[in-house]
Amino acid sequence: MATTQAAPSTATPLLRLTDISMSFGSTQVLTDVSLEVNRGEVLCLLGDNGAGKSTLIKIMSGVYQPKSGTIEVDGKPVVFRSPRDTAAHGIATVHQFGGTFPLMTIGRSFFVGAEPEKGFWPLRRFDRRYANETAVREMRQLGITRVTDGDRLVGGLSGGERQALAIGRAVYFGASILILDEPTAALGVKEAAHVLRIVMGARAKGIAVVFITHQVTHALTVGDHFAVLIRGAKAADFRKGEKTREEITDLMAGGEAMAELEAELEAYENAHEGHVPQIG
Amino acid sequence: MTSQAAQASPDTRDETPATASGRSIGSLVRRPETGALIGTVGVFIFFAIFGGKDFVTPGGASSWLNVAGELGIIAIPVGLLMISGELDLSVGSVVAASSMVLAIVSGFWGAPVIVGIALALALGAAVGLINGVIVTRTRVPSFIVTLATQFALAGLTLGFSRLLTSNVSVAIDAGEWGHLLLGQLIGHQFEVAIFWWAIVVVVVGWIVHVAKFGNWIFAIGGDLESARAAGIPTNRVKVALYIGTGLGAALVGVMETILYNSAQVAKGQSFVFNSIIAVVIGGVLLTGGYGSVFGIVLGTLTFSIVNQGIYYTGWNADWASLILGVLLLAAVLMNNTFRKMALSYSPSAPKAKKGRG
Repeated sequence: MATTQAAPSTATPLLRLTDISMSFGSTQVLTDVSLEVNRGEVLCLLGDNGAGKSTLIKIMSGVYQPKSGTIEVDGKPVVFRSPRDTAAHGIATVHQFGGTFPLMTIGRSFFVGAEPEKGFWPLRRFDRRYANETAVREMRQLGITRVTDGDRLVGGLSGGERQALAIGRAVYFGASILILDEPTAALGVKEAAHVLRIVMGARAKGIAVVFITHQVTHALTVGDHFAVLIRGAKAADFRKGEKTREEITDLMAGGEAMAELEAELEAYENAHEGHVPQIG
Repeated sequence: MTSQAAQASPDTRDETPATASGRSIGSLVRRPETGALIGTVGVFIFFAIFGGKDFVTPGGASSWLNVAGELGIIAIPVGLLMISGELDLSVGSVVAASSMVLAIVSGFWGAPVIVGIALALALGAAVGLINGVIVTRTRVPSFIVTLATQFALAGLTLGFSRLLTSNVSVAIDAGEWGHLLLGQLIGHQFEVAIFWWAIVVVVVGWIVHVAKFGNWIFAIGGDLESARAAGIPTNRVKVALYIGTGLGAALVGVMETILYNSAQVAKGQSFVFNSIIAVVIGGVLLTGGYGSVFGIVLGTLTFSIVNQGIYYTGWNADWASLILGVLLLAAVLMNNTFRKMALSYSPSAPKAKKGRG
């Protein structure tokens, strides 16, 4: 569709998933899920536990290959065979607890796999000073001022600081698509607000953000575009302002009660057909 | 990723000026070897008091340094593997097998000693390669894989020794330069192994803590999937670390054989657990991701001092293992405490200040 270079970047979604299906053995986990995210836009992927969010994240970050469906980055079809593949396409995934190396220093974990060096072979040295300064600076740019020492261990940071470190790392290494897996789930109100501000900052830089969460309030604060997953299928897809908080919460809650789910869903879908969307 | 090197200031010291306050406590508490240092100093003082004058003489020092030298050459690579999240229980059989290879090739068959040494080291590297490839390919826990190679290699060593020499011990004379390099007693007391250990410590210490390769080892032990996602060739690193333990164990086998002018098939089995004890006392986290070469050195020293110090106290040496067992547990508990302090330490939270011990 948008294979021509002439297409403006706003027209071509930076990341587009079309009819992604996934199953493990006989268990169908995802059914024909289609999503798209544009540059400078936050797509909130909502869903309760077991809705298939994690599987979808793993497909977007190259851990799993979908059974069917296509993935396009900037209009070009791609196949991710490993997390390294996705990184090469500018996709970075940040997990719930941010820094994944709790016992490494901030500077060292920031540069894992891309260590800065100084000196001459064979005595090339890991440039700890540069690594520490860069990591601390990048965190400071995201509003984390309490961390001044890059030699501190990542495990000693608060949840919000770890998220900032991980997001800062992704942005520093040139990620254009940021997948955030429940970044606010383990955080207090204040820290969550800070992380949301960081997400807004990334969006302002033109990064496409996929924000996975089950906290509707957080999603509504930063999201431009919303998709609700229920039992592996996309149950709703709407833009900012098209649904109220209550409606979304009810939608998601529908995923819990299996029996009521279908009916409830249909009821909501029907309720909105032909109606002017309520501005919440 | 290398271009930033130019703009970094040339000094190797890496103080961040903003954190001068509280840095000394912070950096001390944060070091994985702080607990190990307390342990080493503690057991040394203990045996210096109860071991009498002989313990602190050069002769006394040589007794535990000789143990430490041989153990250390194995403990360092075993420790690196543990930092990367894997175990190697096959070092005992590698010591025996490499020892027999040298003795059979150069002693029994009379080939040049250099050939025997080369083959013994090659055998160590090969066992490491096999361990590494099986662990990374099959994802069978390394505990099982290396336990299997430990037994298989012990069987092979015994079988081939009987088959080829009809014996379980073979004599060898490594000649003058062989003894000079790998099997002499300096001043009739200090095994040359101590100096090889020192070389291993410096080289490996550099690779782990100064070069970038070390970052990969810590990352692999911290979170294998994230390390792989960050572009680290995790399998190749692990295989290299296994080759390292194989080489270390083979080197010790070669040195013991040359020193004692003979090889036995049952040699070296004590290294399996002794190396793990030394590494754990040294502050390396058994599950990976945390530790240091200097800590492993301290753990090796602590182990050796207890192992030998008991003979100087006049007490029954039967109790040495009891002390080691208690020490191991105490060391792990203390290291856990220090690790927690390292995690909670921050300049603005001086509660981590209360150093313990």
